[in-house]
Amino acid sequence: MSVIDLEKAFQDKIDKEIKIEPKDWMPEAYRKTNLRQISQHAHSEIVGMLPEGNWISRAPSLKRKAILIAKVQDEAGHGLYLYSAAETLGTSRDQMVEDLNSGKAKYSSIFNYPTLTWADMGAVGWLVDGAAILNQVMLCRTSYGPYARAMVRICKEESFHQRQGFESLLVLSKGSQAQRDMCQDAINRWWWPSLMMFGPKDSESTNSDQSIKWKIKRKTNDELRQQFVDMIVEQVKLLGMTLPDPNLKWNEARKHYDFGEINWEEFWNVVKGNGPCNKQRLAARNKAHDEGAWVRAAALAYAEKRKNRLKTKAA
Amino acid sequence: MHIQIKKFYYGDIPEENTGGSGNTEKHTNELSWPLWEVFIRSKQGLDHKHAGSLRAADAEMAVENARDVYTRRQEGVSIWVVESKHVHASNPDDAEMFYEPASDKIYRHPTFYDLPDELKHM
Repeated sequence: MSVIDLEKAFQDKIDKEIKIEPKDWMPEAYRKTNLRQISQHAHSEIVGMLPEGNWISRAPSLKRKAILIAKVQDEAGHGLYLYSAAETLGTSRDQMVEDLNSGKAKYSSIFNYPTLTWADMGAVGWLVDGAAILNQVMLCRTSYGPYARAMVRICKEESFHQRQGFESLLVLSKGSQAQRDMCQDAINRWWWPSLMMFGPKDSESTNSDQSIKWKIKRKTNDELRQQFVDMIVEQVKLLGMTLPDPNLKWNEARKHYDFGEINWEEFWNVVKGNGPCNKQRLAARNKAHDEGAWVRAAALAYAEKRKNRLKTKAA
Repeated sequence: MHIQIKKFYYGDIPEENTGGSGNTEKHTNELSWPLWEVFIRSKQGLDHKHAGSLRAADAEMAVENARDVYTRRQEGVSIWVVESKHVHASNPDDAEMFYEPASDKIYRHPTFYDLPDELKHM
């Protein structure tokens, strides 16, 4: 079959909602896009442990500490599911880790913001995980089989993350004035970066959207962002808090909330490595990787030794 | 075919836009842990089902890691791990030819046999 026929057969499969599996023929751009997206997603889970890990030793109670540890452990797990999915596209785990540590590969910019108070743990769970979930629910139906399966697993676990975040803020919102102020301050700082998580506006794109055509994505950035705004505007009322946007207003004609302009200069600055914590995050990943080198080597040496001992016994 | 993907979403920022150093010089010759496929029995009486894969130095570590990665919420009562290199698979390109012999043998299905309604317990 010629490449054109193969591409046609491939698109037919996608149109018929047949999942693409690792050994199937796929266009090179499809492979590359998925690989980039899945590995960035995996890196986001791994780096995402850092802002929260920061608070494990300072959680206000044993209960909150146990919850936070469980959440951070889930994120490690999510990173591993996704690295496995990415490996099916022909890259190695080591290459991906190296690309993250060198700064070549990216992760979600949201994790380059600092977690300054305990209320940030709640705001991250509610807003950041809330935004991530909208994206991830959509990705459960993505066309690449291993990615879709990883996302189903992740979504099952992720809803606890968002719920614990909201509940933690709910407790603060019913607390002292200082606790309520802390809650509002965290919401103020995390709101705009959460909106940025969905990426640039649809109008920024001049090309036809190949990702949608290939059903890697099924909704555009603006669609997901609007869904998020509509959802959060209602939820924040239960906290008795406000969102830091004077332009938030119900639009009866659109049946959606209008909202203010995102600071895109800030967005691109953080993407390009100049956010508040970019350097700190990469340094922490590199330190962990370097300091773990002897553990990885020792585990391999031990496995080798045991294998040889078994061989000797058998002989 | 040359397709440029200009649009990006959360988790999908093109590398040329990231300002990353692109420096992968720091390549160590570290050996990697092998890849393992994980199969989990979710409860007694059911088959082990493929859950995913992971990296581990040996089988014992693979089982322990599988417990941590795939059964944090009591998803399993038994785990199998197999080093991925030992899995042999059919080729999707041959699927048509490979599975074709079964497609015209409809007499293998109970619905092929037209029997009177009065016939009970069958």
